[in-house]
Amino acid sequence: MLAKRIIPCLDVKEGMTVKGTRFVNFREAGDPVELGEYYSRQGADELVYLDITASHEGRHTFTDLVKRIAARIDIPFTVGGGIHSLADVDRLLNAGADKVSLNSSALKNPQIIEEVAKNFGSQICVIAIDANFEDGKWICYLNGGRIPTRRTLFEWAAEAADRGAGEILFTSIAHDGTHGGYACDTLRELHRRLPIPIIASGGAGTMEHFKEVFSVGEADAALAAGVFHFGEITVPELKQYLSGEGIPIRI
Amino acid sequence: MEVAIVKYNAGNIYSVVCALRRLGIDPVVSDSPEVLSRADKVLFPGVGEASSAMAYLREHGLDRVIVNLTQPVLAICIGMQLLCSHSEEGNVDCLGVFDTPVRRFVPQERGLKVPHMGWNTLRNLQGPLFSGIDEGSYVYFVHSYYAPVSADCVAVCDYINPFCAAMNKNNFYATQFHVEKSGTVGVHILENFLAL
Repeated sequence: MLAKRIIPCLDVKEGMTVKGTRFVNFREAGDPVELGEYYSRQGADELVYLDITASHEGRHTFTDLVKRIAARIDIPFTVGGGIHSLADVDRLLNAGADKVSLNSSALKNPQIIEEVAKNFGSQICVIAIDANFEDGKWICYLNGGRIPTRRTLFEWAAEAADRGAGEILFTSIAHDGTHGGYACDTLRELHRRLPIPIIASGGAGTMEHFKEVFSVGEADAALAAGVFHFGEITVPELKQYLSGEGIPIRI
Repeated sequence: MEVAIVKYNAGNIYSVVCALRRLGIDPVVSDSPEVLSRADKVLFPGVGEASSAMAYLREHGLDRVIVNLTQPVLAICIGMQLLCSHSEEGNVDCLGVFDTPVRRFVPQERGLKVPHMGWNTLRNLQGPLFSGIDEGSYVYFVHSYYAPVSADCVAVCDYINPFCAAMNKNNFYATQFHVEKSGTVGVHILENFLAL
């Protein structure tokens, strides 16, 4: 049976992981390769690396990092952040990334989804959507949740799927960082409307939240950052718990 | 041991190179008939579209080279589909090592999505590729087309319908899943292949 996926997300700036961690056993706690390898050994199903570097030089640092990740890690990983062109996608896939995640660049230029799907296949194309619920609508945001657009979540997610996206990574801005649970009702609605897998993001705080996002939210995968980085939840205990609750999980 | 990887227009060969390097093997990536023919083992991996991959292989004479290989060959993902007789992806005749046509998944019920993406379980494991691998082991799949279960099937997976997760005929071995992305189970299967 196809397993629900647990995906730790690592934010990277200038080649180092940004969010602090409680892991004290690392030689270098901020090394994204070492942290990724740790999660992989713990049983993470995939990894997401988000490049939050702004500078041009930083992009090359990130590409080198992707090569080092590919050399060490034997589970799939997605990279995102600052991907604006087919050349960016080509560079990151050649460096060994399994998938790329597009966000603002796809909102500004939806055509890029078709181009990426046609050149590299839908399965490598993740469309990340940051949205916030305002006045009865889920408004899509640009630039890491800072700039609202006229687009709404369900309409944009359906268009992205039609254009060739392979997966949707939906983050509820209001839930993100609260540790109060995922936006399960909205995730279920997305799942029911779309023919492609949905990755849930934003709000994980307890193991019960993961159970809810899979059972109530019907998500295909759950992404989280803080709860893993700060050691509040470990991947093995989470997977044992979910398996015991009847959720299909790779142990 | 000399291990060669078939160089053609399908992506994600670097991950397979990395997986072999982790096992202490530095593979040669080549489209030269001489290099491929004299290697001890040949890998035929890739992610791509079947009809454009077949057009490239024919144009470069690699279609004849691959089917005439006599050493152990491991085809992965699109590589496995290209070893089949025909693919619905681009409606193209393929290399025909396995007498099985490749079909597109048609979702039968709500909730089963295409592509089939993620970790799924193996059953009915047969042969040396799966020596020491438990029934029900999880491996990583990403695909929208599948080979129906046939006589050459040496591992079955269930998604929408049962399909070949792995195939074997003579010296040709093939996996629909990505051995190079399947964690410790994938490493074990790759080691089994290299030990053939």
